[in-house]
Amino acid sequence: MSEDRKYDRVAYYPGCALEGTGHAYNRSTKAVGKALDLKLDEVKNWNCCGAMEVKNIDPKIQTYLSSRVMSIAANEMGHDVVMAPCNGCYHNLKKAEYDLAHDDGSKEVVDRLSTKAGHETYEAGQVETIHALDWIKDGIGEDGLKAKVKNSLQGIKIANYYGCMYTRPRHIFPEKDKGPGSDSTSEPHFMDDLLAAAGAENVDFPLKTACCGGAHTLSDSDISTKLVLNILEAAEAAGADVIATECPTCHTGLEMHQIRAEKRLGRKTTVKILYFTQLLGMALGLSARKVGVQENISDSRGFLKEKGLA
Amino acid sequence: MPIHEQSLIRPENIKTHDKLEIDGIDVSGHWSTFIESRVVTDYNEALEDEIAALPGGEYIHRCWQCGSCTNSCTVNAVNPDFNPRYWIYLIRTGMESELLRDKDIIWQCISCNKCTYACPRDVEPEGVMKATAHWLEKKGHTPKSPSIIFDELFAEQVIARGKIEESSIIRQFFKRTGQPLMQDWLVAMARGLLMKLPVGLMRRMGLAVLFRPRTSGWSKARAALEEYVEECEREQRRALGLGDGKPE
Ligand code: SF4
Ligand code: SF4
Ligand code: SF4
Ligand code: SF4
Repeated sequence: MSEDRKYDRVAYYPGCALEGTGHAYNRSTKAVGKALDLKLDEVKNWNCCGAMEVKNIDPKIQTYLSSRVMSIAANEMGHDVVMAPCNGCYHNLKKAEYDLAHDDGSKEVVDRLSTKAGHETYEAGQVETIHALDWIKDGIGEDGLKAKVKNSLQGIKIANYYGCMYTRPRHIFPEKDKGPGSDSTSEPHFMDDLLAAAGAENVDFPLKTACCGGAHTLSDSDISTKLVLNILEAAEAAGADVIATECPTCHTGLEMHQIRAEKRLGRKTTVKILYFTQLLGMALGLSARKVGVQENISDSRGFLKEKGLA
Repeated sequence: MPIHEQSLIRPENIKTHDKLEIDGIDVSGHWSTFIESRVVTDYNEALEDEIAALPGGEYIHRCWQCGSCTNSCTVNAVNPDFNPRYWIYLIRTGMESELLRDKDIIWQCISCNKCTYACPRDVEPEGVMKATAHWLEKKGHTPKSPSIIFDELFAEQVIARGKIEESSIIRQFFKRTGQPLMQDWLVAMARGLLMKLPVGLMRRMGLAVLFRPRTSGWSKARAALEEYVEECEREQRRALGLGDGKPE
């Protein structure tokens, strides 16, 4: 737990997915923030960061898109921390931060586009971008969380799935791999730590940072389905009841291809898929409805009822 | 873990003869199998520079062929022909016609960045894969891949409005790639969702179609970005020697 409570009030960048398919993540993140007394100020009039797509047209467009979000948070709202729950957004803001600090070409393009677009440019170092995992882990800590748990997640076996963009490429996450207190890019554990503090039993899951093929979920669906099926079956083999997610794209990818694997490959898996914020929210005593369980594609209401959480 | 390697021996170059006599000696059958040698004469010496000129390809010259990228690659595990190390080798040695044999799968890189994580030389092979896929398309070797179509649709929408709306991108993607929207699994998914969706969410999804999410005051950013995209496009065409940068 940080002494200066620097994450008490942070700028919140939900991103497009959290207004669409990932709405349950938006809802549960806000609800958990409220329950833990961590305040979120949504970035005003934000834009999309470009996800995994725009960089393929030109990476500097993506750098500009992310920089605009950070510029608003810093220059118009006076924040020095931006929290992004989506791995894609988090990754892109981090990448922009890195490129602006290390590459003059990126800085030149961002300055030029910002001037033309009529807003202040973003200077590297103005904000620190964090993921929702850092926000809770460093804002409240495991002990702080434990003290607020009303419904322990005891008896729920969880496989923690972090996907690709939370840890790769390593160079854009200079704060990771710094030993105790930092997260690891090869064996991330922040989500495991939080869910364990809420009483859950984390299973030994080898595919924490495997890729679900999200970038080609529609353009090369067969590969995505195979990759997702791997992840689902590995979680079941590890004895997990639930796969906990921390990204709307990963989450929806798992849900969609769980159905597609059954339809196209005849391979049925029953492991439940829930956002870590949904699990934490229910542990904090919020109802399943409050954390948007009904908005998930994968139906876990029966399971949650059985476990006394819904 | 084994190092996945690319066999340079092609099945069509392996020669055996059921009935063959050379200088009066019978050399029929498998024991005299020989491999026809390959002769490469059509090097494209500009190939590496062309890839390096496209976004993502910048660091290709650093590669020392250790194979870590291929060894860690997500797609390679599903399809052994997907081999970033080998393609980087072909590009750096200018073996264009060899590279073209794999032109239809290079776009399948899913940007998981496992290669970038593993690469000891910071080549950023993920970027090289994207640059190569773009090169193939710009040079007219491949049609636009579904992946590039998706990227373009996405970028168009972000640049036009500042935000994206997922369902309209999905609809347009199926349209542009000529696929029916009513895929069995999408229908199954939608049905599952509709069964338990609260009215509020349905209303929001319906409204998203009428009131497209957008960033207000975006028009200046839009103009600046459109201008920049044109600039990039001109730049790239020039680097690939495709005329003055005006689309044909
Ligand atoms: S990465 Fe996804 S959620 Fe984040 S802004 Fe971009 S599209 Fe939107
Ligand atoms: S796991 Fe899938 S959705 Fe998540 S970051 Fe990787 S490709 Fe993206
Ligand atoms: S980013 Fe592409 S090339 Fe690299 S490991 Fe992933 S799929 Fe393979
Ligand atoms: S990992 Fe890097 S250095 Fe090794 S072969 Fe791949 S690109 Fe080359």
